[in-house]
Amino acid sequence: MKNAMRILFSVLLVAGVAACAKKAVKPTASSDTTPTADTSATNNDGRYKVGDLDTDSCLRQRVVYFDLDRTEIKPEFSAQISCHAEYLRQFPNARVTLEGHADERGTREYNLGLGERRGNAVQSAISSAGASGGQLNVVSYGEERPVDRGHDESAWSKNRRVEIVYTSAN
Amino acid sequence: MNNRNLIRYALSLLLMLGGHAVFAQGLSIDITDGSRTADPIAVVPFAFEGAGLPPETDVSEVLRADLARSGKFFTLAKRDIVEFPTRESEVKYPTWRLLKQNYLVVGRIADAGDGALRVEFELFDVARQSRMIGLAISGQRTAMRDVAHQIADLVYEKILGVRGAFWTRIAYVTSVGLGQNTQYALMVADSDGFNPQVVVRSREPLMSPAWSPDGRRLAYVSFERGNSSIYMQDLSTGSRELLSAQKGINGGPAFSPDGSRLAMNLSYAGNPDIYIMDLASRKTSRVTSHFAIDVEAVWAPDGRSLVFTSDRSGKPQLYEVPVSGGDASRLTFQGQYNARATICCDGKKIAMAQGTGNVYRIAVFDRATGTYSEISPGNVDESPSFAPNGSMVLYAATEGPRGVLYAVSADGRVRQRLVLADGDVREPAWGPFRQR
Repeated sequence: MKNAMRILFSVLLVAGVAACAKKAVKPTASSDTTPTADTSATNNDGRYKVGDLDTDSCLRQRVVYFDLDRTEIKPEFSAQISCHAEYLRQFPNARVTLEGHADERGTREYNLGLGERRGNAVQSAISSAGASGGQLNVVSYGEERPVDRGHDESAWSKNRRVEIVYTSAN
Repeated sequence: MNNRNLIRYALSLLLMLGGHAVFAQGLSIDITDGSRTADPIAVVPFAFEGAGLPPETDVSEVLRADLARSGKFFTLAKRDIVEFPTRESEVKYPTWRLLKQNYLVVGRIADAGDGALRVEFELFDVARQSRMIGLAISGQRTAMRDVAHQIADLVYEKILGVRGAFWTRIAYVTSVGLGQNTQYALMVADSDGFNPQVVVRSREPLMSPAWSPDGRRLAYVSFERGNSSIYMQDLSTGSRELLSAQKGINGGPAFSPDGSRLAMNLSYAGNPDIYIMDLASRKTSRVTSHFAIDVEAVWAPDGRSLVFTSDRSGKPQLYEVPVSGGDASRLTFQGQYNARATICCDGKKIAMAQGTGNVYRIAVFDRATGTYSEISPGNVDESPSFAPNGSMVLYAATEGPRGVLYAVSADGRVRQRLVLADGDVREPAWGPFRQR
């Protein structure tokens, strides 16, 4: 029984990832169509609607996590990067602020620099996946806005992040 | 709960309450190494000879605490003081020689008219049986802590030949609350943590306070505009100016020794580099141009070079560069992580946050000998700031969930925790000498 649950769970998990990846990849393939900010679009041809920001399982993921002192984006976040890039490509008036953060180790000013580097890494990844650079703004908060105030790796790993914040949806 | 447990419970409650009282006073002095030499000095409680009530401040106790936390003196415990002279004619030197005291301070407090008080004090050399100082300082009743710190400065200077730095102020940042409800404040207090005053309150992060050399202004970083910006604020009037709000990071302000320029790190050109702003013209000149993160510049005392943090070699290390720009030379080679320099003693010593693995401590680098000494024992110690006379270092440490400040003697021997507020306290900056 326990095993059955586990299998069911992992099937669901894979399905979720697949659904996410599918949506992200499909639009890129048909990218020759000029994207228009058609908010009423409800068809299922890989076009996003504005409401998808709240409902789409991939677009709802807005945090990219990083390893200690690292700024490169880990493979598990590539789907997230792609779907946000595609959304921004389809809605050229959408705007995003990338808020870069660091864990508490090291000095505050240096960590501002590190947070910015991470924000820049996400910015260039989203740009090269299709968004325009002008849609993306990077703000570093360094270690000033932790989500977990603990002093161990489990807290630190949650704090080393870039948050994708939509300041305009379309 | 049986009786014995009840008693035990009551006892531990009392202990906790007792502990809390000490905590709230911010007077927990921690002598980490009592073996080294320090001058024994007895500070006899000052007599109050005025009319009415004595001042709220125990002047001689503030003086004694200053001398004790400097690391340069052993102060005689109150319970060991058996005679209470208030003036030279009452001093019996053999008593103090028997108590193995090198120095003795006595004093008395009298009315000075208009509600002010006059504190007369005398310092004696016990071995020579001679008076070294006999002075009076007057002040309002509410300013007795200032008077006590000024007396401590005079005693310190007379004995050690170095100007005291007790009558100085410190700036620091506090944060209270979590997440969206966090409240930040930039604070200024006396060097012993008393008299805290709010300079700025904000719902957005505040960072990196830096003193102007005349002690009248603070430069700091605020996120109130949605991104880091550098402000300069006059402490007496509260008026402030926005100095830098470029795209990207605007951080790490540091006044030049003559107060005319401000070093800062800006990232609008792509990544953080060091710049200098001329405060009269507001023009900036670029000092470093490197793809690495260059931050936290501080001025050499002669104003000719800057020491800053850069990760151009991989991990953060300290570098020095002429203010006119040019090649930067690496200063630190020991330790994986060396950052946030503070300079003292004519540029001969540099304190920094030194990290190895997950442990960050304050280390002092002696440029002449090339040696390092670790002066803090914590795991997340950072933001060192030298007292203007180099005698002590203020730094931020983490205790449980909160940040606290410590003042440690420059040799690391004596450490005192300054309890300043509830919540998180960090980024101390020790202000300059004040004008008497």
